[in-house]
Amino acid sequence: MADIESPLIASAAKPGQFVIVCLSSAYSERIPLTIAGSDPKKGTIRLIWQAVGKSTTELGHLEVGDEIENILGPLGKPTHIEKFGTVVCVGGGIGNAPLLPIATGMKKAGNKVISIIGARTKELLILEEDFKAISDELIVVTDDGSYGKKALVTEPLKEVCRRPEKPALAVAIGPAIMMKFCCATTKEFDIPTVVSLNTIMIDGTGMCGGCRVEVGGQTKFVCVDGPEFDGHKVNFDLMMKRMQAYKKQEAQALEEYNKKHKCRIGLDK
Amino acid sequence: MTDQEKLLQELLEKHKAGTLKPADRYAIPPQLMPAQDEIERRSNVNEVATGYTETQARLEALRCLQCKNAPCVQGCPVKIKIKEFIAEIADGNFQKALDIIRENSLLPAVCGRVCPQEVQCQLPCTVGKKFKDVNKAVSIGRLERFVADWGRAQHDESIPQIAAETGKKVAVIGSGPGGIVVATDVRRAGHDVTIFEAFHKTGGVMVYGIPEFRLPKALVKEEIDQLEKMGVKIVCNFVVGRTKSIKQLMDEDGFDAVYIGVGAGLPMFMSIEGEHLVGVYSANEYLTRANLMRAYDFGKGADTPIAMSKRVAVVGGGNVAMDSARTAVRLGAEKVYLVYRRSEKEMPARVEEVHHAKEEGIEFHLLQNPKRILGNAEGVVTAIECLKYELGEPDSSGRRRPVPIEGSEFTIDVDTVIIAIGNGANPLIGQTTPGLELNKWGNIIVDDNCKTAIDGVYAGGDIVLGAATVILAMGQGRTAAAAINEYLKNK
Ligand SMILES: Cc1cc2nc3c(=O)[nH]c(=O)nc-3n(C[C@H](O)[C@H](O)[C@H](O)COP(=O)(O)OP(=O)(O)OC[C@H]3O[C@@H](n4cnc5c(N)ncnc54)[C@H](O)[C@@H]3O)c2cc1C
Ligand code: FES
Repeated sequence: MADIESPLIASAAKPGQFVIVCLSSAYSERIPLTIAGSDPKKGTIRLIWQAVGKSTTELGHLEVGDEIENILGPLGKPTHIEKFGTVVCVGGGIGNAPLLPIATGMKKAGNKVISIIGARTKELLILEEDFKAISDELIVVTDDGSYGKKALVTEPLKEVCRRPEKPALAVAIGPAIMMKFCCATTKEFDIPTVVSLNTIMIDGTGMCGGCRVEVGGQTKFVCVDGPEFDGHKVNFDLMMKRMQAYKKQEAQALEEYNKKHKCRIGLDK
Repeated sequence: MTDQEKLLQELLEKHKAGTLKPADRYAIPPQLMPAQDEIERRSNVNEVATGYTETQARLEALRCLQCKNAPCVQGCPVKIKIKEFIAEIADGNFQKALDIIRENSLLPAVCGRVCPQEVQCQLPCTVGKKFKDVNKAVSIGRLERFVADWGRAQHDESIPQIAAETGKKVAVIGSGPGGIVVATDVRRAGHDVTIFEAFHKTGGVMVYGIPEFRLPKALVKEEIDQLEKMGVKIVCNFVVGRTKSIKQLMDEDGFDAVYIGVGAGLPMFMSIEGEHLVGVYSANEYLTRANLMRAYDFGKGADTPIAMSKRVAVVGGGNVAMDSARTAVRLGAEKVYLVYRRSEKEMPARVEEVHHAKEEGIEFHLLQNPKRILGNAEGVVTAIECLKYELGEPDSSGRRRPVPIEGSEFTIDVDTVIIAIGNGANPLIGQTTPGLELNKWGNIIVDDNCKTAIDGVYAGGDIVLGAATVILAMGQGRTAAAAINEYLKNK
């Protein structure tokens, strides 16, 4: 996690939007990261990420005061926030970060907010206190039961959907597979569901098509048409396959990077 | 002295004496563009066409008949005084030739390399007509490039004269050829100019689209450096419409006028089965990864994990398709197929690029078009299934319409498919700028002065014309800049 000084982005950022970070102009991969919060007064935005590939690992090795060469944003359409009634916000893993400003916005707009946040295991659970502060009800789950209830987020989600006071809207952000099953759950109850997609991205301005997904049988570009879509229309299976796209090469790049940075990695452990 | 030099000397003597007849000019062999060895260049990204020598340039210039009516100029979108600059080359006055070109064109080193001359200035050339072969027309483009490169080699550090500061502010959105030209012309009039660019590098398509081997990036950088020396401010990583809207730029930041030159966007796909498979790229994505993120250095420091493609099919027949195919060769693909649904005659790509592509071993599959893309269980491309076509009646574009031949399906085994069939309009500015008028394809509607429906806001290039060319973007930039300067006079 890091707070990054970028006054222009901080004052323009709205819930649901993201930035693209590029560590070196000459070579680097451009990584899309959802904005987990912004402070226009301080001129900072908060980014939270998980080190999965080389670039995200490298990002994690930056020290306080270091500069990021390029940061572009805020991108994507902001979340549509209004008073719906009861809104259930479901977050998984790192997806809890972008979910927080949306849940906060929903609360401010006068909604009753039920948050369900989950993670694989206790150590990976983030922002619990923040969610507690803005939710009318908070449910915490972990896959392995090391904290909160041992369950997948879909389990409490189903329970919430069944309540007499049926939620008017669900917002689900997390791994594609989680969003897919959340949507399957809410569909049963006919609850409109918004998901936020985090695909591969390059330019973020609608130029390359790398971020394309299939929504309702049509090709959509996440960077300009999204990142939020009607979850019941998204073709998650196709999306998940595309997300695997560069896995092999990513692994190679990470390995090379780790070889060069052995000592640092050692310290981190 | 080489034979060429001897020939030139003889011709120049006649020329001086005023006895050089059209027949003598016709007899001069058309000068071929020297190029890097066709095998060697497959494994490097250096420029393929290496440029005329002085002798070659003067010989080629002497082929020009200096026609009174100069039909070539009609074919030039910015009306460069072609016969005048060519006459100066023949006389060895390269600086004068450059000055003449610069009156109408600000980016001769770029245009000399990438303009589709064979359908512009060289198409109506009398010499080409005489030989009934446009490829034997005077090579105006190569001459333009020669002069521009000669100028660059002089390391002329001088900057154009700039009028007294007016205190008026102009925002240029996008740093493609259109934006560069607007910034130059508007800055010359003494206005305070800022370019806003979404990418972390300036130059637009000239940098992230057109590959190094066709347009060296150093050359584009020189143009940008020149702008900075003139006092133009450049802000990268700034997406107008998101970081700030046009209205905010005008109302909050005090910009008096805005030029929108954001280029094309939204690459088109074919809506066929398998387009979402892993290994299917739009040409824009593929080229951006290769150029801007230097995928060709992958493993040497570049992180962009462009697929390690071995067998590549490129779909399309334009410059973008050629660039993708030739980039794939350089990235180490063993087999590159170019699949195009019409015949070679209808290909919109520059003739020189088609020629170079063939030399580099790219296999052309003409009158064929993909029907679907096949993949394996992991969702990775394994093959492309194509249909054969024949040419039918001419369609609205005047080209004969390709008609599929039923039952002619066949497959080609590939691991990568690159779709290069064109772009739609970039939707971002339209979505975030109320009051702007768009046509049904999403392109911005402008009047003859490139003015949009909003006062003080002008637009040009691909976002107005649909996918066009560098020179057309430049031409619109000049028009818009003149209109902006006029508008600010009365403001
Ligand atoms: C691969 C390829 C090969 C080509 N080959 C040729 C050729 O041989 N000959 C030829 O004449 N033409 C060629 N073209 C076409 C030519 O490059 C374009 O017509 C021309 O570059 C258009 O110029 P433009 O001024 O409209 O801006 P562009 O060059 O399109 O640049 C637009 C710039 O605006 C930026 N931008 C976009 N949105 C925003 C925003 N919201 N805020 C800030 N910045 C933004 C983009 O990042 C980009 O840098 C080719 C194109 C491609 C893709
Ligand atoms: S990231 Fe390139 S089009 Fe969306």
